[in-house]
Amino acid sequence: MSSDSSYYVPASSRMPIFMAFGLLLFVLGASFTMNNWGEEDSNAHWLLITSFAVIWGTMFFWFGSVIKENDSGMYSGQLNQSFVWGMAWFIFSEVMFFFAFFLALGYVRLFAVPWLGGEGEKAITNILWPGFEAAWPLLVTPDNEQFPGAHHSMSIPAVSKLHTWLPFWNTLCLITSSGTIALAEAGLRKGNRTAFKLWMVATLTLGYVFVFLQGLEYYEAYTHMGLTLGAGIYGTTFFLLTGFHGFHVCLGAIILTIMTIRGFGGAFSDHDHFGLAAGSWYWHFVDVVWILLVLVVYIF
Amino acid sequence: MSAVIDSHHDDHHHGPAKGFSRWLYTTNHKDIGSMYLWFSLVMLFIGGAMAMVIRAELFEPGSQIVSPEFYNQMVTNHGLIMVFGVIMPAFVGFANWMIPMQIGAPDMALPRLNNLSFWILPVAFGILLSTFFMEGGAPNFGWTFYAPLSTEYAPPTVTFFIFSVHIMGASSIMGSINIITTILNMRAPGMTLMKMPLFVWSWFITAYLLIAVMPVLAGAVTMMLMDIHAGTSFFKAGGGGDPVLFQHIFWFFGHPEVYIMILPAFGIVSHIIETFSRKPIFGYSSMVYAIASIALLSFVVWAHHMFTVGMPIAGELFFMYSTMLIAIPTGVKVFNWLSTMFKGSLTFETPMLFAIAFVALFTIGGLSGIMLAIAPADFQYHDTYFVVAHFHYVLVPGALFSLLAAAYYWIPKWTGKMYDETLGKVHFWMSFISVNLTFFPMHFVGLAGMPRRIPDYAMQFADWNMMVSVGAFLFGISQLLFLFIVLKCIYNGKEATTEVWEGAKDRGFEWTVDSPAPYHTFSSPPSMESLKSSS
Repeated sequence: MSSDSSYYVPASSRMPIFMAFGLLLFVLGASFTMNNWGEEDSNAHWLLITSFAVIWGTMFFWFGSVIKENDSGMYSGQLNQSFVWGMAWFIFSEVMFFFAFFLALGYVRLFAVPWLGGEGEKAITNILWPGFEAAWPLLVTPDNEQFPGAHHSMSIPAVSKLHTWLPFWNTLCLITSSGTIALAEAGLRKGNRTAFKLWMVATLTLGYVFVFLQGLEYYEAYTHMGLTLGAGIYGTTFFLLTGFHGFHVCLGAIILTIMTIRGFGGAFSDHDHFGLAAGSWYWHFVDVVWILLVLVVYIF
Repeated sequence: MSAVIDSHHDDHHHGPAKGFSRWLYTTNHKDIGSMYLWFSLVMLFIGGAMAMVIRAELFEPGSQIVSPEFYNQMVTNHGLIMVFGVIMPAFVGFANWMIPMQIGAPDMALPRLNNLSFWILPVAFGILLSTFFMEGGAPNFGWTFYAPLSTEYAPPTVTFFIFSVHIMGASSIMGSINIITTILNMRAPGMTLMKMPLFVWSWFITAYLLIAVMPVLAGAVTMMLMDIHAGTSFFKAGGGGDPVLFQHIFWFFGHPEVYIMILPAFGIVSHIIETFSRKPIFGYSSMVYAIASIALLSFVVWAHHMFTVGMPIAGELFFMYSTMLIAIPTGVKVFNWLSTMFKGSLTFETPMLFAIAFVALFTIGGLSGIMLAIAPADFQYHDTYFVVAHFHYVLVPGALFSLLAAAYYWIPKWTGKMYDETLGKVHFWMSFISVNLTFFPMHFVGLAGMPRRIPDYAMQFADWNMMVSVGAFLFGISQLLFLFIVLKCIYNGKEATTEVWEGAKDRGFEWTVDSPAPYHTFSSPPSMESLKSSS
C-alpha cells in the first residue's frame, strides 16, 4: 500500500511511547529540581538530564524514520498537505502562547500599575502603598524593599545613540535573517544549491549573533542595571517576553542548523523540502514576534 | 460500499498486533479512541469517588469525615480530573473513533502524533494523583487555582501540578492539531465543508478553540511557576503586578474551555435526535453558524466569572451584554433540536432518552447561566452553590449525558454487539432522577447563601444537603451500572447489524461499514454517492 494515491498509515511505532516516557522523566526531574533547589544531596538534576537525552534521542529517531519513509516514496501529496496544516496550526498555538504574555504586559501597563498609583474610578489600591507613583518603565516598585527596581530601563535611547543600543542590532539581525532564509529557499527551489547553502549559513550566523547579543544584554542588565527577574513587574515582563522569544530563537536556530547540515549532506530537492520550509516558517514567526516585542517592550 | 471490501486485502500486514504492545505502539485511530474512552471512564470513577467524599462530608453540618485541608484537596482534584481527565479525553476519544469514519478517511492525519497525544495523558494524571502521597499533600486551591492561593500559599506539590497541566495542554494541542488537520485534509471527495456531519463540524470548531486557548493556560501556569521559583511578580502587587491578572488570563482560557466541553456534545446530540426522529436535522446550516458564533463569542465574555473582583463599570456592562448574546445561538440550537423532533417518528431507545434529557437539562443550566450573567444579580450568586448548580447542570446532564448517549449510540458499531436495552433504560432513569436530586436543590441553598468550597455549613441548609448527598450516592451507583452494561455488551451482547438503528440508514459513512467496524475502515475514500444511492 505504498502507491502515490494512498495515504500512508504507519503500522505501529515505538517512538510516541518513548517520547511520553521522556516527558514523564522531564516533569519529575524538573519538579524535583525546582522544589529541592539549593539542597546539596539532591540528585534530581540527573533525572532532568536523562529526560533531555531520552527526548532528543527519540526526536532524532522519529524524524529519522519520517525522512526515510519520505525518501522511499511512501508519502503522497495529501500526506504532505497534512504536515503543512500540522505545522501551521502548531505555529498558531505558539502565537497564542506569546499572546498570554503580551496580554499580561498590556494589563499591567494599562490597568494594574496606574491603579496602584491611584488612577481610576474604583482605585482604592493606592491605599496599600500611599507614596507610590505609577510610571512605565516601572523602576520604583510599590514594595521597593522586596522588589528593588532597576536603575535603568531597556527603553530606546535618543536616535544619536541608537548604535549603542543592542536591541537595534538584534532587530537588524533578525529581520535580515528572515530575508536570507527566503533567499535560501528560493535558491533551493531554482536548483541552485550553492546559493541555498550560502544563504543558510548567513541565516544561521545572524541567528547566532542574535542569541549572543541577547545574552550580552542580559549580562548587562544583571551586572550594571540592577534589572533582574526579581526587579518587579518591569523586569518580570521584560525577561519573560524576551526570554521566551530568545528560547524560540534558539529552537529555530537548532532546527535550521539541522536543516543546513542535512542540506550540506545532499538532502532536499527543489520540490520536496518540507523540513526546511517548516523551519523557515518557524523562523519568520519568531521574527514577527520580535517586531511586536520591540514595539511594546522597548519602544512604546 | 465497495470501500469496506477493499480494506480486507491489506489486513495481513495491518491488523492489530498481539499482546499489550499493541496498545503501546498503536497508530490506529480506533485503538487510540478506545484508550481515550477507557481512560476517561477510569478517571470518571476516580473523580467520582472524590465527589462521594465531598458529599459524605456535606451529608450533615459540622466536621464529619475528612479534615478541611483534605476536603480542599478533594474539591480541587475532583474539578481538575472531571474537566481535564474525563470530559475532554472522552470527547477526544469519540473524535478519534468517529471523525475518520464519518468523513471517510483511512485514519487520523498524523497517526503517531495521535498515539503520543494519548499516552502523555496518563503521565499527566499519574503525576497529579501522585501528589496525594507527597509532603504537603495534593493541590488544594480549587480547580481554578487562583493566585496567590496557588502561588504564595500553595503546597510545594504545586510544581508537579504546574508541569502536569503543561502536559495535559500539550496533549490537547497535539490532539487538536491532528483533528483539525484530519478534517481539513482527509474528507472523502465531494464532502464539502457544509456537507460534513455536525459532530465533525462541532469538533472542527472545538479543536480551533483548544489550539487557541490551551497555550494561554500554559502561559498562566508558567507565570505561576516563575512567581514561585524565580522571584518574578506577575501576580504580586508589591512588585507592580496584580493577582487579578491571573484571573483574567485564567478565564481567557477558561471560558472557551467550557465551550470546548459542550460543543462536541451539540454535535453528538444532533446526530442522535435526527436518527431517532427519523428526520434530517432541522436547520443544518444554522446549527453550524450557531456553533461558530458561540465559539467566537466565547473569547469576549471571560470576565463574567469575575464580576465581584473589581472592574470598571464599563467592563461589567460589556461582559454582561456579551455573555447574554450567547443565549441567542444557543437558543437557535435548542429550537432546532425541538423542531427536528416535531412531527418526527420518534422512538425512545437509551441514546435518545439521554439526548432528550440533555436538551431539557442543559437548557436549565443555560437559563441559570443567564441569571448569573446579570452583573448586579451576580453579586448575590457569586461563589455560592447556585454557581455549583449551574455548572454541574451544563456539565453532568449536559456534557456527561451526551457522552453516555454517544456511547450507547455508537457502541454497537464499535463492538458489533448490542447493549442490553432494558438495563440501558434503567441506567437512564436512575441517572436522570438522581442527577436532578443532586443538583436541583443546590439552586435553593445557593440562593439562600450557602458558599461553595466550604466543608461545613449553617444548620438551615441541612435538609437540602442531605437530599443532595443521597442523590449523589445514587448517581455514583448508577454509573457502576453503566460499567456493567458496557462489559455485558462487549462479552455477551447480541449481534448488531450494519445499520444498527433503523433511523441511522444513510446518516453517515459510519453506518455503511460492518459492525464491528473493520480495523481499517476506508483504505480508499468512499463516495458521497454511496450515501444517496442507497436511500
